[in-house]
Amino acid sequence: MNQNPLFALFTLFASLSLISVGGANTAIPEIHRVAVGVMHWMSDRQFADLYAISQISPGPNVIIVALIGFHVAGLKGAGVAVAAMVGPTCVLAFAVARTWERFKDARWRVAVQAGLVPVALGLLGASGFVLARAADHNVYAALITAATVAVAYFTRVNPLWMFALAAAVGFAGFV
Amino acid sequence: MAMRQGGARPCPASRTRRSGINLAAMSESPQPSAVPPAAGSADQPPARPSLTELLHAFVQVSLSAFGGALPWSRRMIVERKGWMSGKEFNETFALSQFLPGPNTINFAVVFGSRFGGVGGAVVAVVGLIGPPLAIVLVLAYFYERYGDAPVLDHVLAGIAASACGLLIAAVAKMAAPLFSMKRLRAAPLIAILAFVGVAVMHWPLPYVFLALAPVSIALAWFEL
Repeated sequence: MNQNPLFALFTLFASLSLISVGGANTAIPEIHRVAVGVMHWMSDRQFADLYAISQISPGPNVIIVALIGFHVAGLKGAGVAVAAMVGPTCVLAFAVARTWERFKDARWRVAVQAGLVPVALGLLGASGFVLARAADHNVYAALITAATVAVAYFTRVNPLWMFALAAAVGFAGFV
Repeated sequence: MAMRQGGARPCPASRTRRSGINLAAMSESPQPSAVPPAAGSADQPPARPSLTELLHAFVQVSLSAFGGALPWSRRMIVERKGWMSGKEFNETFALSQFLPGPNTINFAVVFGSRFGGVGGAVVAVVGLIGPPLAIVLVLAYFYERYGDAPVLDHVLAGIAASACGLLIAAVAKMAAPLFSMKRLRAAPLIAILAFVGVAVMHWPLPYVFLALAPVSIALAWFEL
C-alpha cells in the first residue's frame, strides 16, 4: 500500500470516529490491525509502548491517536489523526445537542443505547486481548498484566501506583 | 470510575431500566480514587460561564483527568462551579454516552454549545484535549528519540503490561452485569461475536460493527 501516510491516517481515524462507541478504547483493535498489520507503521511492541504512554498521560483516552499519528508523520500526522478522530463526532454531537430534548425518552433512543453496550463490550474485550498479546512478550510481563487485572478488579488502588510498580519491575530488567 | 458511579446515579432517562451497565465505563480506564458525591449543589441556580471561564475549567479538567475525564467534569461543573444541576449534568452525560465517538469529547461539545454555541463547543474541546495533547507530544518526541534506550524500553514494557491489565479489569467489571441480566439475553452472544470477529478473525472493525450493531439494537428494541 503506497499511499500518502497522512491520507491513510485520515481514512483510518475518520472511519473510526463515529463507530468507536463509548470511547477511543473500543477502536484499539482496528488501529492495531491497520498500524501494525496492514501498514507496518510500527511493531507490536511499539504499539504497546504508545498505548502505555497514552495511559500515563492525563486527559481523555482519545489522545492515543495523536501518538500513532506522530509516530507515522510527525506533528502533521498527529494533527490529522486527532482531527479525523474527533471532527466527525464533534459535528454530530453539536447537531444532536439541540434536538436531544425531543428524543431522549424515545423508545428507539433507549434501544440504540442498550443495543450498543454488548457490541462495545466485545470490542473492548478485543482491545484488551490485542494489547495483552502485544505487551506480554515474556512471562514476567504476563504476570504484571495478571496482577494488574486482579488489583484493579478487586480493589480501588489508583492505577498510577500499579503503573509505577510495573515500571519498577521493568526497570529492574524483568520485562 | 464512571461505572461505579452508575449504580448511585439516578437513571438518565426514566424509561432506561437497565442497571449497572454503562457505556461511559468503557470510554476511559477505571480509576479507583472515586470522586466525592455531589455536595447538595443540585438546586443552585446555574451561573453562565464566559468563554474564558469555560476554557479555564476544561483545561483544569483535562490536566487532572487521569483515567477518564467525565468524573472530573462533574466535579468541576456541578460541584465547584454550579454551572449545571446534578440532573442537568446527568442528562447531558446521557446524551454524550448515546452519541457515537469518544464520549468525553461529546460531552465537551454538548456542554460547551449549550453555554456558548459553536464558540463554546470549540473552546471546551480545545481546553479538554489541548493540554494533554501537548504533554503527550512531548513524551512522543522523547520516545521517538530515546525509545531504543534499554532502560526506557524496559520501563515502558512494564507499564504497557500493566495498562492492558487495567483495561481487561474494566471489561471484566462490565461483563459481569451484562452476562447475568434477565433482559437482553442475546447480549453475551453479541459481545462474544464482536470479540471473536475482531480479536480472533481479525476482520475490519467497521464491518463487524455494522453487522452486529443493527442486530443488537433490534433485539434491544423488542426486549426493552
